[in-house]
Amino acid sequence: MEFMKPPPIRRLTGSETVAPSHDRQPVAAPPNGHGAANGNGAATAFVGAQRRRVAASSLAIDRMQVEELSVAYGRKLAVDSVSLTIRQGEVLALIGPSGCGKTTLLRSLNRLTELNQDVTLKGRITLDEADIAKLDPTALRRRVTMVFQQPNPFPMSVFDNIAYVLREQAARRPKRGALRGAVRDALSRAGLLDELPDLDHPALKLSGGQQQRLCIARALAANPEVLLLDEPCSALDPQSTQVIEDLIVKLREDVAVVIVTHNLQQAYRVADCAGFMYLGELVEYGGATQLFRAPRQQRTKEYVRGEFG
Amino acid sequence: MDEDDLLEAEATTDSDRRAELMLGALVCLVVALLLGMFAFVIYQAWPSFSHNGLSWFGGGGNVDSEIQAMFNSGASLARPVYAFHGWPLIWGSILLVGGAVTIAFVCSLFVAVFVVEFAPDPLRRVLEPVIRLLASVPSVIYGLVGVFVLVPFIGNHVISSGSKASVSGIITLNGYSLLAGVLILTVMIAPVMVAVFSDGLRAVPKGWIEASLGLGINKWRTVWKIGVRAARPTLIAGTVLATARALGEAVMVGMVCGVVSFAPNPVDGWIFFVEPTRPLAATIIAFIDDLSSPPMRHTLYAIAAVLLLSAALLSFGGWAAKQPMKRYGLRT
Amino acid sequence: MSAIELPVPGPAPGARIRPPESPPWRLRDRLGLGLAWLLGLLFCAVAVAIVLYFLVQGIKYVRPELFVTNPSVNASTSVATGGFLDPLLGTLLVTALAMSIALPVGIAVAVWLSEYGRPAALARIAESSIEMIAGTPSIVLALFGVLLFESPALGFLSRMSGGVVYGRSFFAGAAMLSLVGLPLVVTNVRAGLQAIPNHVREASYALGKTKIATTRRVLLPAARPSVLTGAMLGAGRVIGDTAIIVVLLGGTLTFNSAGSVPLLSTLQGTGATLTYYVFYNAPTGEGNQPGKAYAAAFVLLAIVLALNVGVDVATRRSRRLRWSS
Repeated sequence: MEFMKPPPIRRLTGSETVAPSHDRQPVAAPPNGHGAANGNGAATAFVGAQRRRVAASSLAIDRMQVEELSVAYGRKLAVDSVSLTIRQGEVLALIGPSGCGKTTLLRSLNRLTELNQDVTLKGRITLDEADIAKLDPTALRRRVTMVFQQPNPFPMSVFDNIAYVLREQAARRPKRGALRGAVRDALSRAGLLDELPDLDHPALKLSGGQQQRLCIARALAANPEVLLLDEPCSALDPQSTQVIEDLIVKLREDVAVVIVTHNLQQAYRVADCAGFMYLGELVEYGGATQLFRAPRQQRTKEYVRGEFG
Repeated sequence: MDEDDLLEAEATTDSDRRAELMLGALVCLVVALLLGMFAFVIYQAWPSFSHNGLSWFGGGGNVDSEIQAMFNSGASLARPVYAFHGWPLIWGSILLVGGAVTIAFVCSLFVAVFVVEFAPDPLRRVLEPVIRLLASVPSVIYGLVGVFVLVPFIGNHVISSGSKASVSGIITLNGYSLLAGVLILTVMIAPVMVAVFSDGLRAVPKGWIEASLGLGINKWRTVWKIGVRAARPTLIAGTVLATARALGEAVMVGMVCGVVSFAPNPVDGWIFFVEPTRPLAATIIAFIDDLSSPPMRHTLYAIAAVLLLSAALLSFGGWAAKQPMKRYGLRT
Repeated sequence: MSAIELPVPGPAPGARIRPPESPPWRLRDRLGLGLAWLLGLLFCAVAVAIVLYFLVQGIKYVRPELFVTNPSVNASTSVATGGFLDPLLGTLLVTALAMSIALPVGIAVAVWLSEYGRPAALARIAESSIEMIAGTPSIVLALFGVLLFESPALGFLSRMSGGVVYGRSFFAGAAMLSLVGLPLVVTNVRAGLQAIPNHVREASYALGKTKIATTRRVLLPAARPSVLTGAMLGAGRVIGDTAIIVVLLGGTLTFNSAGSVPLLSTLQGTGATLTYYVFYNAPTGEGNQPGKAYAAAFVLLAIVLALNVGVDVATRRSRRLRWSS
């Protein structure tokens, strides 16, 4: 892994304004001295950590399609005419400064925005070519599950956390023995099985990283087609973050993964496809390597270089 | 620091220490008062228990005639009569409180879930203050409703004249009954339980509810399996509170349950529900004017001691029931 | 370093096979939801019915002269005429007296529990004691009051004649009623104090203030909404209690003072409260005058409603002055 260079000393020129530094995540290391210098001396290339794995998206299957989606809370427009595709076999990263609407976009993918009273939607989202607005929200959320920023395992044992999902979805109440296999399977997919002393361990006594992996295991137990992750590692230490990123990359063959993150390094590490959002608009959308290394839009360039956000 | 500063520092610590001692002494006084209550009540109750032994709790006598005998004998201290068999009172209390708390618990849980999660907003905004108002209504007012509305209704429409005739030799079925007591007690404790349960449901961390919804579980099951489960300590606290209030409710129950210390007999069939009864607390109120006669006095205090110890047991039971829940992270 | 690997073929589109699943809303769930709605609406109906019932009956029976005349029992017909002036004053008097004991003591206990609390064992015992007092039936408190106030040591708080202490007076009733209101005051004030973040205390200590001064000058004023809530909830419980009144207030329908000292003798004497008046005039009581009972009940309800509105206003104000967003 290449070392991250320290951020450059900001120099105010006439056209630039100093943006407040982001107080939640380390700012992505802007490049300095690498790559060809262009006219005004600032570098153009994004240098980040080594990518965990890159696969071409040629055999990815389209699962969800977002068509001209606009979401407004009351009068405030949170998402403005966004269109993108979510494919199985790919990890899609939504990046952007805070308040740009990426969480709202994520939550509208499984209709969690409906929990808010005064929300209005325009546009269309389809899952396997069916308009999700016409599906039953509960049925939709079984196929498109979500993991939240703060780990929120239920106040039960680890076994019960996962068995809860399995029991609720099964046609008839399955016996505990029958569930054991499925629970262990979900836990091993999340890489948690070996770390647990026993399955009856209270879930709230796990460490933060383990709790978040439990939440991912729980989401996987629902057998979803799309997995939504809302800044899953922002509350975790680097060790747990690494484990979860490996997990995400492993998962993408079975489920389509959409991850919202503040951390540009993380996005570069795990994403196949990336979308940069700013003030509700999808400024740029494309392959991850291209977006980070050779962004087409000026705003994207500035964000990726760490000039704001 | 020079000497003046040191003195000032000492003075402030002194005043703090004095304040702490005074406040601590006040707290000790309150604790001592409670302990004193236990001590005094049990002391006054002791003669009645010692004369009767365990048969105090048994049946087999007519409570009213026993009390009459006590009263008559009390004037002449030569041979005070202490014989007392309190089972009809205890049974009455069990039936009344048990019935009311059971019905109220089920209803209050559903109503609390409705108010917190499913009621439309305008209805919720009206309901919440109404629930708090109902929870603070004095119990005599519920007693009035019972006496003016429930008792005549039961007496005239629920009990058939045939039933009345069949037991006319022993008791009169005129509407002052177990049923009236249970219903009015339920109406009294339900708002209290709904208020406590709603607070508990509202305090469930939103993260759990969102997580469950995000996994594709419908709202009803989410609220039921996660919300209610997480609020279990509050459910226990509310039930203990309501049971204690129901147990100690003397005046209101006395107004609707009848003037006979009768033990309703399930074997009687449907009449069982409309038989009069008089639980422990109501009995004390009924005979409160006779405190001057020693055997009466000791017996009434004995009943009070039973009530006090039941309340203590309830408190302890609630605490014990909450302990296992701590393991899985529920805030008790 | 990036490397291009051969893509792994995924499953065919839309071919995810799901095991037989239950529908998102099972019949059981719909029944449960329906039951919640049913019981919720039933509860509303009962609440509305009770409120309307007393409204109607109250309007029928409440007359202005009831507020200003005293109950007087006609010896020959033993029918009580007159209104409920004395019982109304009795309610206000006994509540004021009881809360004037419960409020200071309650605040002191709450401050000790929240700010001091050493030794820890005493703190736990104190908490359990307050809980126990809250759970004690008021009839038991009344009987305990009889024991206390019939003893010669406290004879000055009620009437004494020929060496026998009567033991029933406003003092006796109010003292026991203060125990009824105490736990509510303690709980609410304690919660209010605990909600104040620690940095406020630290700032005050850093300025050299003692703990007690901090509490008096900074914390308690900040917790004023909780103090008010506790006081009003406690007053509500005190107003509504009948058992202690029946036992300890002597059961005379008018003020029956024990001497001629202006306030003191009234407090040493006996009297009645609105709750006792309602109890007396109910069909099961001695007076048996339904109309008067309804009127008094209506006034009681109005007082309780006013208190509740006061609590609502106080909590709303406290929510506006939150410490943290």
